[in-house]
Amino acid sequence: MSLLEIHNLQVTFGGLDALSNLDFSIEEGEIVSVIGPNGAGKTTFFNTISGMIPPTSGEIIFNGESVLGLDPNQITEMGIARTFQNVRLFPNMTVLENVMVSQHCRTSQLVVGALFQTKAFKQEEKEIRERSEEILGFFGTRLVGYRLDQPAFALSYANRRRLEIARAMATQPRLLLLDEPVAGMNPIETTELTGLISKLRDEWGFTIVIIEHDMKVVRDVSDRVVVLDHGVPIAQGAYDEVSTNPNVIEAYLGRPVEAKS
Amino acid sequence: MSETVKKRSKSRVSGVDRFLTFIRVLMATLIVLGVVAFISQQIWPNNPFAEWRNPDARGLTGDQFKGLVVSGLSQGAMYGLIALGYSMVYGVLGFINFAHGEVFMVGTMSGWITSEKLNDAGLWESNFILSLFLIIFVAITTSTVTAVITERIAYRPLRNSPRLIPLITSIGVSFFIQNAALGLFGPASKGYPRLPEWLAKQRSILTVEISGTKILVMVVAGLSMACLWYLVERTQTGRAMRAVAEDKEIASLMGINVNRTIVITFAVGGAMAGVGGILWGLLFRSVTHMTGFLPGIKAFTAAVVGGIGNMGGAMAGGIALGSAESIAPMVILEPLGVPGVSQLKDAIAFTVLVLVLLFKPAGLFGEKLSQEDRG
Amino acid sequence: MMTTNLTSKKPFELDWKRTLFWGSVCALSQVFICLVGLPSELNRRILIESTLSLGYLFILWIPLVFGYVVSKMVELEGVENPKPGAADLLSGALTGLLGSLGLVLLMLGIDNLDMRDPLINWNQKLFRLLTFENSISFGSLVWIPVGVGLGTIGASLHQMSGQIRKMSAYAMFGLFSFAVLEDVIDDLSEGFRLEWLSDMIYAKKGGMTVTSAIVLAIVLALLPLITRGKFKKTVDRYRSDAKPENQRRNSVVLFSTVAVLVIVLPWFLGGIINELLANVGLFLLLALGLNIVVGLAGLLDLGYVAFFAVGGYTTAVLTSPNSPWFSPETHFGISLLVVVVMATLAGLLIGAPVIRMRGDYLAIVTLGFGEIIRLLFLSDWLKPYLGGSQGITNVPAIDLGPWEVRGADPRSVFYMVLVFCVFAIYISWRLQGSRLGRAWMAIREDESVAEVMGINTVNSKLMAFVVGAVLAAFSGAVLAAKVGSVFPKSFEILVSIIILVVVIVGGMGSITGVMVGSLVLIGILGGPRQPGLLQEFQNFKLLIYGALLVFMMLKRPEGLVPTARRTRELHQEEYLQDAWLGDDESEDREEVGEQL
Repeated sequence: MSLLEIHNLQVTFGGLDALSNLDFSIEEGEIVSVIGPNGAGKTTFFNTISGMIPPTSGEIIFNGESVLGLDPNQITEMGIARTFQNVRLFPNMTVLENVMVSQHCRTSQLVVGALFQTKAFKQEEKEIRERSEEILGFFGTRLVGYRLDQPAFALSYANRRRLEIARAMATQPRLLLLDEPVAGMNPIETTELTGLISKLRDEWGFTIVIIEHDMKVVRDVSDRVVVLDHGVPIAQGAYDEVSTNPNVIEAYLGRPVEAKS
Repeated sequence: MSETVKKRSKSRVSGVDRFLTFIRVLMATLIVLGVVAFISQQIWPNNPFAEWRNPDARGLTGDQFKGLVVSGLSQGAMYGLIALGYSMVYGVLGFINFAHGEVFMVGTMSGWITSEKLNDAGLWESNFILSLFLIIFVAITTSTVTAVITERIAYRPLRNSPRLIPLITSIGVSFFIQNAALGLFGPASKGYPRLPEWLAKQRSILTVEISGTKILVMVVAGLSMACLWYLVERTQTGRAMRAVAEDKEIASLMGINVNRTIVITFAVGGAMAGVGGILWGLLFRSVTHMTGFLPGIKAFTAAVVGGIGNMGGAMAGGIALGSAESIAPMVILEPLGVPGVSQLKDAIAFTVLVLVLLFKPAGLFGEKLSQEDRG
Repeated sequence: MMTTNLTSKKPFELDWKRTLFWGSVCALSQVFICLVGLPSELNRRILIESTLSLGYLFILWIPLVFGYVVSKMVELEGVENPKPGAADLLSGALTGLLGSLGLVLLMLGIDNLDMRDPLINWNQKLFRLLTFENSISFGSLVWIPVGVGLGTIGASLHQMSGQIRKMSAYAMFGLFSFAVLEDVIDDLSEGFRLEWLSDMIYAKKGGMTVTSAIVLAIVLALLPLITRGKFKKTVDRYRSDAKPENQRRNSVVLFSTVAVLVIVLPWFLGGIINELLANVGLFLLLALGLNIVVGLAGLLDLGYVAFFAVGGYTTAVLTSPNSPWFSPETHFGISLLVVVVMATLAGLLIGAPVIRMRGDYLAIVTLGFGEIIRLLFLSDWLKPYLGGSQGITNVPAIDLGPWEVRGADPRSVFYMVLVFCVFAIYISWRLQGSRLGRAWMAIREDESVAEVMGINTVNSKLMAFVVGAVLAAFSGAVLAAKVGSVFPKSFEILVSIIILVVVIVGGMGSITGVMVGSLVLIGILGGPRQPGLLQEFQNFKLLIYGALLVFMMLKRPEGLVPTARRTRELHQEEYLQDAWLGDDESEDREEVGEQL
C-alpha cells in the first residue's frame, strides 16, 4: 500500500482548473519532486493535501484513510506536515516556541495540568522542550543557544526557512511537504540544505515531497519527479528521464517556432 | 477503491458545527413558528395556540401592518444611507470604521444647530424648502469634514497595520467624538423645530397612510443613492475608487492618487451620513450625543446583511433591517407570547446580524472584498 | 544639492507654514478643551495652592506639547541635519503665541457674542476662569507670555542635554504625581501616624503648598543625579539574569515584597482609598480575563461585559432573598460554583457562533451579543425572572465564617478581590507558558498556519473564551455582593470598552502591563460608574479614554509595559544583516499584522 494515493484529483477556482486528473501515489520512504512552471498548480496541490483547500472532486488517501473533509489540524495529526513558499512562521514567538507549539497534536495537557503543575504536565513540557531542541539541533548550531529565545522575525532569511522545516518536523509527520525549501538561499546554503533533505529521509524516516525550481536540488535529492503544467501532470519518472522529455521542455520553454508549421 | 478505504472513525463534524446547525434550525423554527402563529391569529383569533401563548392579543389591522411596513422602510432607508459609509470604507480599506455612527451624529447635531438658528431668524417658517437645503448643506459639510479629519489623524498612519488596529482606533475615535459632543452641547436631548403642516401631515397614497416626512425621507434617500451610484459607476473618481479597492499598490502604479481617492471615499461616506443625519432629525425631531451609537451599529449590520463592500447591497440591507426591526416584534415575537416586544427592537437588529453571519456570511447580495481579504 | 540646502539653514529662517499650521492646531485645541468644559469642571481640583488647578493644567500642557512637536525635526538618515538653533525656539514660541491668541479670541467672543444656546460652556464661568476674575486685557497679559514661554520650553526640550531633560521630566512628572495622589498620601500618612508629613506637603484647602512644591521639584530633579541610572541597571540585570537560581531568588524576593505590601497596606488606608483599590481589583480581574482573550488569543471580544453580567446575575439570583423567580438563598461559595458553570456555558454559547468568523466581524458580533444580553436582562419578558430594570436587590454580604465581606467595609472587599486577582494572575501566568497558551499565541500570529501545524483552533479559541468568561464572571459575582444589587445599567457596553482600553494601555498580553493599566486608569480616572482619585473627571472619563485609545494605537501599540517578548527584540544583528531583503521583511510584518 502506498503512503499517499491520489485519485483523479480536481480543483477548480471559479471555472478555472487549478488541478485536473491528478493521479499518482507516493511510496513510503520516497523523495518526490513536483516541478513545473509558475502557475502550474504546485502550491495548490500542497494546499489541497494539507486540507487548506477542499478539492472539487477526486480522492486523497493517506495511509489507507481518506483525508477529504478533514480539518487541516486533523490531517496534520494523521501525519502530514508542510512548509510554505512564502515563509509563514509565528513571527513574534521565539524560535523554541515555534517548534514547541507545533507539537500540539502530539501532546495532550490542558488547563488542569498547567494550573496544578502536575507531574504529567511537567514531564510533557520537558519532553516537548527536549524534542524541540533535538530537532533544532538538526540544523547545526544555527538555531540553538541564544537563538532559542529570539523572536522568529529576527532570524535571517535562510534561518527562517530552516526554522519552518524544523517546525514541520516537530509535528512528527510521516509525510513532509516542502514548498521551495531553498528559495532565496545562496549557493552554499542551498548545497547544505540539499544534503539535509536526504538526511531527513535517511535518519528521520520521513517521506518527502518537494516543490522546487532549482533543478540542481531536484536532481540531487529526488527519487522521482512529477511535472505539472496547467494543473495537469505531463510527465513523471526519474530525473534524467523527465528532463529529456519533450513535453517537459516545451512546458518550460514553449514550443519552438519551427515546430508550429 | 472505496472498499479498501477505511473511513476514519473520528467524526468529521465537530461539536461546534453540530451546535451551529442546532442554532440555525432552532432560529429558523422559531421564525416560521412565529409567522405561522401570526397568520393563524389573524385568521382565527381564538385558536388554541393563541389562547395558550397570547390570550389577549388582538392581532394587527391592515392599516397597522401597513404603518409598520412604512416606518420600517423609512427607518431602513436611513440605515441604508449610513451603511453606505461603512460599506465603502470597508470596500476600499478593508476595515470597519466604527466611528462612522458618530459622523452621522455630527450631521444630525449640526443640522439641529442650523435649524434652531434658522427658526430663530424666522426663515424656517417662511421658506422651509430653502432652510431644508441649508441644513442639508451644513450637515453634509460638517459630516464630511469630520470623516476626512478622522481619516487624516487616526487612520492614515495605520494604513498598513493589522486589521484590528484601525478597528480599535476607530472605537477610540467614536468615544472621543461622542463625548466631545456631550461636553460641547450638554447631555440634554435637543429638539428640531416643528415641521410645516403641509409636510408633516398624514397622506393616503395607494391606501397606505403615510406621513409626508416619511415620504421625504424615502425620496431624499433614493436621490442620494442615485447620485452615489452615478459617482461610483460613471465617473473617473468612481473608477479610481474601484481600482484602489482592488489593489492599492497597483492602482498607485497606474497613476491613481491613492491617498486622494481614500479621502474621497471617506468624504462621500461622510456626506451620505450627513444626509442621513438630517433625515433622522426630521423624522424623530430630537438628537443627543448618543444618537449615533445604535444607528451606527445597526447600519453596520445593514451593510453586512447586504454584503459589505457592495453599495446596492448596503441600501437593500438597510431596508431589510429596518423592516425586520419594525415588523418582527409584532409578527414573530408577540404571537409567541413574548411580553413587551417593542423593547426588544434593538435585540432583533443584533440577532439579524448574528443570523446573517451564521447562514450567509457573505451577506444577501454577496461581498466584494478588497485585496486585503483575499490574501 | 539637498544636503547643502538642509545644512545651510540660516539661524532665523523659519518654516512658516509648519509653524502656522501647528500654531493654529494649538489654538484650536485650547479653545476646544475650554469649550468641552474640562477647565471649568476641573478647576475645583487644586494642584498647587493658589497657583495651579487641574483645570488650568489642562490648558497649559497644550502649548508645551505643540511647541515640542513644531520644533521636532525629521531625521533623515545619511543627511546631515541642521543643528537645532534659535529658529526652532522661535517657532515654538510662535506656536505658543498663536495658541494664546486663540484663548484671547475666545475671551472676546464670550464677552461679545451669546452662543450659549448650542455651546453649554460658552458662559461666565469659563470667562472668569480665563480672565482670572479680572478683565480681558489682564487675561491676555497673562496668557500670552505664558503661552510663549511654554512653547519655547517645549521647543527647547530638543536642545537640552539628556541629563537636564531627564531631570525636568522627573520634576514635572513627580510633582504631578504628588498632586494627583494627594488623597492617597494623606490617607497613608494618617494611617502611619505621620500627619505632619502630609500637613507639610499639602495645604489645608487641598493642593500642595507653594514651598513644598518647589522643594519637592528640586529634590525630584536631583533624583536622577543621585541614582545615575542605578535603578534601571538593577531592573535590566534582574530581567537579563541568566542564572536560573538567581532569577528564582529575585522573583521570590520581588513577589514577597509585593505580597507583604498589598496585604499590609490596606490596614493603614481609609475607607475611600480602600474602596478605590477594591474597584481597581474588580477591573483588574476583568482585564486579566480580557487579556487572555484579546492579548493571548487575539480575539477582539467587545461583548465581554456579557460574562460580567452573567456572573453578577447568577450570584444575585442564587443568594438574594429578593430574587423574583428562584430564590434558594444559597451561600456565596455554592453560588460561585454555579457561576463557574454558567460562565462556561455562556462562553461556549457566545463563542461557538463567532469562532469561525474573521477578526473584525467577531468584534462586532460579540458587541451585538453583549447588547442582546443586556437588553434581555432589561426586558419585560425576563422581568418575572430577573427583575427587569429594577434588577435584583438585597444581595447579601459574603459570609466567610469569622469574616464578612460587604460593600460597607471596602477593606474586606479588597481582600476578597485580591484573592480572585491572585488566582487570575496565576492562571494567566501558568497558561501562558503551557501548551494551550502557545496554541493561543500561534492563533494570534497566524490562524491558518496554526491550524496546519496541528492546532485545533476551534477548541483552543473556545477555551480562551471560557477562561476569559469565568474570570469576568468572578468579577461580576464579587461586584454583586459588594454593591448588594445588580441592575442592567451596570452592564453597559462601556464596561467592555473601558476594559479594552485598560488592556491596550497596559500592554496586550502582558500581565504586569494589565496590572499597571488598571491601577493607573481605574485608580486615577475611574471605572464606568466608579469614581477614581480624580473624581472631577467623572464626566470626561470617556473622552479621555477615547483619546487615549487612539493615541496608544498610533504611538505605542505595544502598551506601557510591553511583554518581555517584545523587549527582547533587541538581538537584531541577523535581522540587519539581511537588510537587502528589505521587501521580504515588510511583507512579513504585514502578515504578522493581519492576524492581530
